Amino acid sequence: MVRAIAILIGAGFVAVLSWALFWSIQGVITDPPAPTAVDEFHLHPKEVELASNGFFGTYDQRQLQRGLQVYKEVCSNCHSLKHVAFRDLTQLGYSAAQLKKFAADWSVKAKQFDPKSGDTTERPNTPSDYFPTVYYPGTGNPPDLSLITKARHEGPAYVYSLLTGYRDQPAALLKKFPDAKVPDGLYYNPYFANLNIAMPPPLTQDGQVTYLDGTKSTVQQNAKDVAAFLTWAAEPNLPTRHAYGLAVLGFLLFFCILAYGAYQNIWRDIKH
Amino acid sequence: MSFPWAKHYEPKSGFTKWIDERLPLPRLVYGAVGAGYPVPRNLNYFWNFGVLAGAALAIQIVTGIVLAMHYAANGGVAFDSVEHIMRDVNGGWFLRYAHANGASMFFVVVYIHIFRGLFYGSYKAPREMIWLLGVTIFLLMMATAFMGYVLPWGQMSFWGAQVITGFFSAIPVVGDTIRIWLLGGYAPDDAALNRFFSLHYLLPFVIAGVIILHIWALHIPGSNNPTGVDVKGEQDTVPFHPYYTAKDGFGLGVFLFIFAALLFFAPNSLGHPDNYIPANALQTPAHIVPEWYFWPFYAILRAFTVDFIGIPAKLLGVLAMFGSILLLFFLPWLDSSPVRSANYRPLYRIFFWVLVADVLVLGWCGGSPATPLYVIISQISAAYYFAHFLIIIPIISRAERPTPLPNSITEAVLAKKGGTSPAHTALSGSAVPAE
Repeated sequence: MVRAIAILIGAGFVAVLSWALFWSIQGVITDPPAPTAVDEFHLHPKEVELASNGFFGTYDQRQLQRGLQVYKEVCSNCHSLKHVAFRDLTQLGYSAAQLKKFAADWSVKAKQFDPKSGDTTERPNTPSDYFPTVYYPGTGNPPDLSLITKARHEGPAYVYSLLTGYRDQPAALLKKFPDAKVPDGLYYNPYFANLNIAMPPPLTQDGQVTYLDGTKSTVQQNAKDVAAFLTWAAEPNLPTRHAYGLAVLGFLLFFCILAYGAYQNIWRDIKH
Repeated sequence: MSFPWAKHYEPKSGFTKWIDERLPLPRLVYGAVGAGYPVPRNLNYFWNFGVLAGAALAIQIVTGIVLAMHYAANGGVAFDSVEHIMRDVNGGWFLRYAHANGASMFFVVVYIHIFRGLFYGSYKAPREMIWLLGVTIFLLMMATAFMGYVLPWGQMSFWGAQVITGFFSAIPVVGDTIRIWLLGGYAPDDAALNRFFSLHYLLPFVIAGVIILHIWALHIPGSNNPTGVDVKGEQDTVPFHPYYTAKDGFGLGVFLFIFAALLFFAPNSLGHPDNYIPANALQTPAHIVPEWYFWPFYAILRAFTVDFIGIPAKLLGVLAMFGSILLLFFLPWLDSSPVRSANYRPLYRIFFWVLVADVLVLGWCGGSPATPLYVIISQISAAYYFAHFLIIIPIISRAERPTPLPNSITEAVLAKKGGTSPAHTALSGSAVPAE
């Protein structure tokens, strides 16, 4: 009885799915899915070599310092970094005094509320403050960058590719998709999800940032350094995690060998 | 319960005697997972996965309790409190990655455990109750995992909650009312987040309770084995401790090794990047996808694209998705073949592997965007899924001719090893020599 009912219900599901399948196939035949401009022109992020890649990956402090400089001089005009505190920058190799000055000099000041007057006033940032929120009045909503390399597929490569990927809209695209012209106020970038991004090209010429450590400042170098910095901002514990991971895997390997030996030893007289 | 030759607990010291007379907890443990539980001697590595699932649950409970000490279930700060755990709590990144990847490891282990049961017929008489409790645990796990994924309050958390609670609005007439009641509002917000947190903390302990029943029910008939043949005598079994504790110890080591590799070196590989974007009710993600362990069911849901004799496609999809799990409750009665192990069921064995492939294909479709091609593949695979359990199994369990079964577990073991002496007991080392 159970089986007879089951077969009926099963036949019902198969019938409904076959009916749906029929319409799906008919839909594909009568109205074949047409490729969109995004399907054809969106590019996968370029490979980028960073010190944090791989099993033994860790951060290159000098590169992070350069990346911080790019963030400070270029990105921070529109993008905030609210999950990172100034004190976290000790991991980049700065001394306590350097940090204190860096925080105090930061152009966007910390807000404080005066409960006596009810006014909001400003004070210089201290190392315990988080990077202050940036309010941006223009087109688009510049995302907070604290987690950007984890919030995009292949984040570090994405940031690097996006920053170096601005170009004129290909003529081939307009020829094939005449309606896909870049809207006014947006910029063509094949690494961006829908190809048209509101952010104007932030890195336009070599030497835009003058590195304190004397590294040659090119657009490629700036993009790579800021990608490294944002990778750190999203995952400051990566070097610790990798170091612990190697120790834990080493221990567990040893444990597995011992446990396997114990297993074989206990079972040695038993056929199984 | 258990077999007549099971060893009995004998307290040795005065203290253990004193305990045993007042609270025989050591006796219970001894009989449940100690030397007092005889287990077939021929279990393969697939029988490690029950213990591994228990270990995975323990890891989730321990890491989860500590995470809850630092997490704040409020829409305004939930996302930031998770980042606070990741950056400022000592070892917080370890706890959170262990908990997030631990959920994936739990599901991997449980899926292997379920398919082991399907292959070796562990759901059949006299083990139906173990199977029913197991399916219950699986349902509770799915509910717990879903609510846990909402807690970080990222984009996928929010929109996942929106989609999944939206299932209930497919119910005719009262659907929308039920959805609003479940969410405590018109859309996921603080009310939903708080109740999900509360239930996410509660359900693992319910799971632990059902696991106790699952193991209790297991100890009545004893464990199944790769031949599916009943235990005939003492020579077919070995005591759980030390034999299977040793084997499970090794299995646990391998499990933890894979878990640690994932946790320390690719902790975000199974998650969706969008969940690192704070929840935003005004911006729908391009593709809303659940966590990987729900993909096969998500594909079944999306396979129903057209209305059928007046029933809306959405309702059909929701019914099918829940039905795809609920039908497992009836499996012991759908499969009437008296032979348990697929090793002796040539026809069932083929369909079993087709099912494995089918579920993998469904998973692949469920994780991909719903383009026409993926929908077509999902429709074919979903049709096979239902046909497998509801049509093929009832028919082949009658039509199939099983290959000859071994007379006993010991005979099967000795035949495999090419041994000739059937008089060996499992514990030949300690047994009294007969010759």
